[in-house]
Amino acid sequence: MAQIFDKGTLLALKVGAFIALLILISSILAWRWAIDYPNAMNAPVNQPVPFSHKHHVNDDGIDCRYCHASVENAASAGMPASEVCMNCHSQLFKDAPMLAPVRNSVAHNVPLQWTRVHDLPDFVYFDHSVHVSHGVACQSCHGRVDTMPLTSQVHSLQMQWCLDCHRHPQNKLVTPDKIFTMQSTEIKTSATDQSQIAKRYHLPDKIRLTDCSSCHR
Amino acid sequence: MTTPLSLPADFDKPDSLQRRHLLKLMAASIALGAAGCSGPSPEKILPYVHSPEYAVPGEAIFYATALQLGSYARGVLVKNVDGRPIKVEGNPLHPASFGGTDIFAQARILDLWDPTRSQSIIHNTQPSSYASIQDALNVQLKSLEEAHGAGLRILTRTICSPVMANQLHEILNRYPQARWHQYDPLHDDHTFDATQRLFGKSLQPLFHFDVAERIVTFDADFLQGGPASVRYARDFSMLRNPDHGTMSRVFAIESTPGLIGAAADERIALTPFEIELLIRRLAKRFDVLGEINAAADSSATHITGFESKLVSELTQYRGKCVLVPGSRLSVDAHALVHELNIKLAATDHCLQFIEPVEARAENHINSLSSLCTDMATGKVNTLLILDGNPVYDAPSDFNFAQCLKAVPFSLHLAMYRNETSMRCNWHIPQTHEFEHWSDLRAFDGTTSIVQPLLAPLYNGCSPHRLLSWLLPPSLESAYDIVRQFYQHNYTESDFEHHWKTSLHNGMIAGSAAAPVNVTSLLNTSHKYSTLKINPSNNLTLIFSADDSVRDGEYANNAWLQELPRPLSKLTWDNAAIMNPLSAANLHVDTGQLIEITTAHGSIIAPVWIQPGHAEHCVTLHLGYGRTAGVNIATTIGFNAYTLRRSDDMWNTGIISIKHVEGIHVFANTQEHARMIGRDLVRSATFAEFLKTPKFATAKPEQRVPDESLYKDYPYDGYRWAMTINLNACIGCNACTIACQAENNIPSVGKQQVQLGREMHWIRVDRYYTGDEKTLRTDFQPVPCMHCERAPCEEVCPVGATVHDSEGINVQVYNRCVGTRFCSNNCPYKVRRFNFLQYANNSVESIKALQNPDVTVRQRGVMEKCNYCLQRITRARIEADRLGRRIHDGEVVTACQAACPTSAISFGDLNDPQAQLHQSKSSPRNYSLLAELNTRPRTTYLARVINSMTTPLQPGDSS
Repeated sequence: MAQIFDKGTLLALKVGAFIALLILISSILAWRWAIDYPNAMNAPVNQPVPFSHKHHVNDDGIDCRYCHASVENAASAGMPASEVCMNCHSQLFKDAPMLAPVRNSVAHNVPLQWTRVHDLPDFVYFDHSVHVSHGVACQSCHGRVDTMPLTSQVHSLQMQWCLDCHRHPQNKLVTPDKIFTMQSTEIKTSATDQSQIAKRYHLPDKIRLTDCSSCHR
Repeated sequence: MTTPLSLPADFDKPDSLQRRHLLKLMAASIALGAAGCSGPSPEKILPYVHSPEYAVPGEAIFYATALQLGSYARGVLVKNVDGRPIKVEGNPLHPASFGGTDIFAQARILDLWDPTRSQSIIHNTQPSSYASIQDALNVQLKSLEEAHGAGLRILTRTICSPVMANQLHEILNRYPQARWHQYDPLHDDHTFDATQRLFGKSLQPLFHFDVAERIVTFDADFLQGGPASVRYARDFSMLRNPDHGTMSRVFAIESTPGLIGAAADERIALTPFEIELLIRRLAKRFDVLGEINAAADSSATHITGFESKLVSELTQYRGKCVLVPGSRLSVDAHALVHELNIKLAATDHCLQFIEPVEARAENHINSLSSLCTDMATGKVNTLLILDGNPVYDAPSDFNFAQCLKAVPFSLHLAMYRNETSMRCNWHIPQTHEFEHWSDLRAFDGTTSIVQPLLAPLYNGCSPHRLLSWLLPPSLESAYDIVRQFYQHNYTESDFEHHWKTSLHNGMIAGSAAAPVNVTSLLNTSHKYSTLKINPSNNLTLIFSADDSVRDGEYANNAWLQELPRPLSKLTWDNAAIMNPLSAANLHVDTGQLIEITTAHGSIIAPVWIQPGHAEHCVTLHLGYGRTAGVNIATTIGFNAYTLRRSDDMWNTGIISIKHVEGIHVFANTQEHARMIGRDLVRSATFAEFLKTPKFATAKPEQRVPDESLYKDYPYDGYRWAMTINLNACIGCNACTIACQAENNIPSVGKQQVQLGREMHWIRVDRYYTGDEKTLRTDFQPVPCMHCERAPCEEVCPVGATVHDSEGINVQVYNRCVGTRFCSNNCPYKVRRFNFLQYANNSVESIKALQNPDVTVRQRGVMEKCNYCLQRITRARIEADRLGRRIHDGEVVTACQAACPTSAISFGDLNDPQAQLHQSKSSPRNYSLLAELNTRPRTTYLARVINSMTTPLQPGDSS
């Protein structure tokens, strides 16, 4: 029986199929990469003022709560009003060109526009206060911001990552004195430490912490 | 194109796709898909420049203020998140609320954010400015000043704001020849006329249903639509709990079925003429009236049975009974009812009279009539209309629009550019109640300060500011005007403290009106006119305020338009409502268009057959057939005002009813009327209940089976559950609309309701029992039952509906793929599917309305009641932070909070001290469709009726 396609056509078909497959695979990869996160992890995010946590936290020793004032009693940690910046910067670096947007904001009563670094999907309801009050240290999610000249995201913030902790909270929690410090990185390993932590924070059972309704509504 | 506020513009386009359109769509979706590859753009955070005190991002602050209904105040607390008012709750301190709300208060928040509100000053169809209107007004005022105000007229609605009344009086002093008129199409003129006649001055009755053991209502639905309804419903429910061992008894006499008829123990449907006759017969029996026109008296023999029941009960319960006259009754009937009340010693406890709360209680028809006469004769050169819509709702014989043409300078202040605005030279957008400072008095005289929740969204003008333009320039801001008025009238020293306390509490302490002793004022020498005989073959036409849009004021509110009317379950429409027998006599069926002709004209309306309606009469609801100022309601319904004349404001004779070609398709949400043998609403008489308290679960098949294929799950933490007390439920729908506001539930529009796609998470089912003579109406609110053996969960292929560890059947929107299996497997039909993109994501102001604690659902997602999970979570986080359990009463669901009669209880079954235990342990507690063994967490308390006769068994079919 004669071949339906001659050799040349067959080659063209094979090459064509191969290229199509290549395009398909690469577009799937490109799509995966593109929808992953608006801010790629570990990449510093540009801001209207190049605000350095490294300088403010590490060099100056300012507590997280000075600027993120509602972190202990509200869902939102809070972003400082422009006037909070001016508490210091009306005296220090008061003419620095880098701070012009802040001065401008206060002078013209126009808010600063920061770019969000940690952005959760809209169907997730995260509450800072309950995490902070139960021994989740700031740096557990936000990383060592005291080493970041420009803030970047260090964890994926995907559901799997949330669940790692929600399934075994006692492994990750810290004692109250270490919540706002940046050095509390050690993981509780001994069983006594873990049970002490669980008792200290009246942790709900694991099932409650992994209920859909804990985070979605 | 008219679409509801929260709908995309093309939601109702037919499904047929043109080829080119399809290609365009395909191209667009490819383009969109490509654009989607870039992922969402990074979000911005905009912190404050100067942070206001107490402002915590995302945290709610509640402000106390008051909302008007018929110009009377109802105290509310408004939830404000990041400067956006998003939800109305009742004010527990305010006497017109005590924590409950009605549908109008709940829906008012939608009006605030309505993008179709009037947004600019219009001068003869051209946009204008505040400077121009003030200049024009100043020119006008200069000439008026020389003429001492001759030719200046101000037309307002009812005024219950002391500050506004004060401003008006100052204006009248400054321009002595000027006149102030009032007109409200639903104003209760006859109450004031009758008290004027009986007591020599206008007085306002105040009922105390919490002590009235026998209540008789004459065409008076005090549970619905009035400024005191929430309070009255609450008081009324106090004596309606059979578990306490006693119950009041209610006799409802009505023409159009209302909520009180459904709540009543004994009910009779009579024509307006028969009601007047019954009142006269009672008056005669209790020696208030001498003789009745014999011919009239003999014309209605079928009411004697009911009459003798009433006489014996009223005699027995002298001093503990009260008779309630409705605003549609004649002045004579009002006077007779109140004379009877005094005779039966109702005034001892159950009824008080107070000086009118309105700044000037007068007959609005007379007031408007004199204005129209002056307008027609050219005596008016400047007319300021503050709110209201007289071109649309004035009696048709006044021909207000025609009169208005003779006025050279007319100005209309209103929230919408409506029919009246269109015919005035000037239109000024009015501020919403949440945008201005003012004050209002409630039904009992209690004064509230109205405080704004945000700056005017659309450059609106408050009525106080407008009136201040007519006075010498002193204070222009409404805040200064209001504050100064109260400072001036405050005699003690610490005004600042008094002002702040009053603002915080939402009312001024001790400002309720003092009762007037009427027995000393009673004048019995006046004469009653002879009752005119109604030719029995003549039909009567009754006008009624619509349950949702009232007089048309709320016509542009999609939530209210789509809220099923309590009895008919109609949405987005009005109709010619009649009894099945009348319909049979006229050979018409539901939807048939008919032409109703009266002495004043004719109108074409579709028929709606309403069981329980009185025979020989037809009811038309006002508020429809709008032509301007309502974006969503211009094409729906008919305008019943065209038949309403000043001498027959509430009912008039029908000359003929003719068939017209055509069938109208209604959008109603409950097509079946009866329980057809199933015991969905279980009920008994009070006597039966005393004998068998557990009547609702007497038979084994009425109880939840003990065995199950599934293992029991231990709920160690919280076990959330709910009960709904069917004895307390009055069917007012406040829960439905409160839930809609709390949970970002979209409106879907009339066409989608016709397809059965309404989205309400809690619906109120209505069932009829008995025949026309013995008809009883039951209401049953149905939210998700949160079954412990939930059938929906078994069939979800993606685990989008699951139980959480506290027993809540949760719906996980981000998992849902829209198979709708769950809805098909739900025996209670409480799941709602987003067939289209109902949530409006394109209009900025509608986005601002949404509750940030609740996901806004996309197209293709199933949704349902989740026991207000966001409220539970809030309480849980608060409790967790403090290391304690959630206290009983800390979680109040939106429906529970709104319910005026506290019919809904919610709480933790694991807490032995919880209030919920009281209702769960009631002998009347039963599960809906218990035989299915779904084990619902939401259960019902069966209904008990304090009837004098044995009612039919529940579930009887006709």
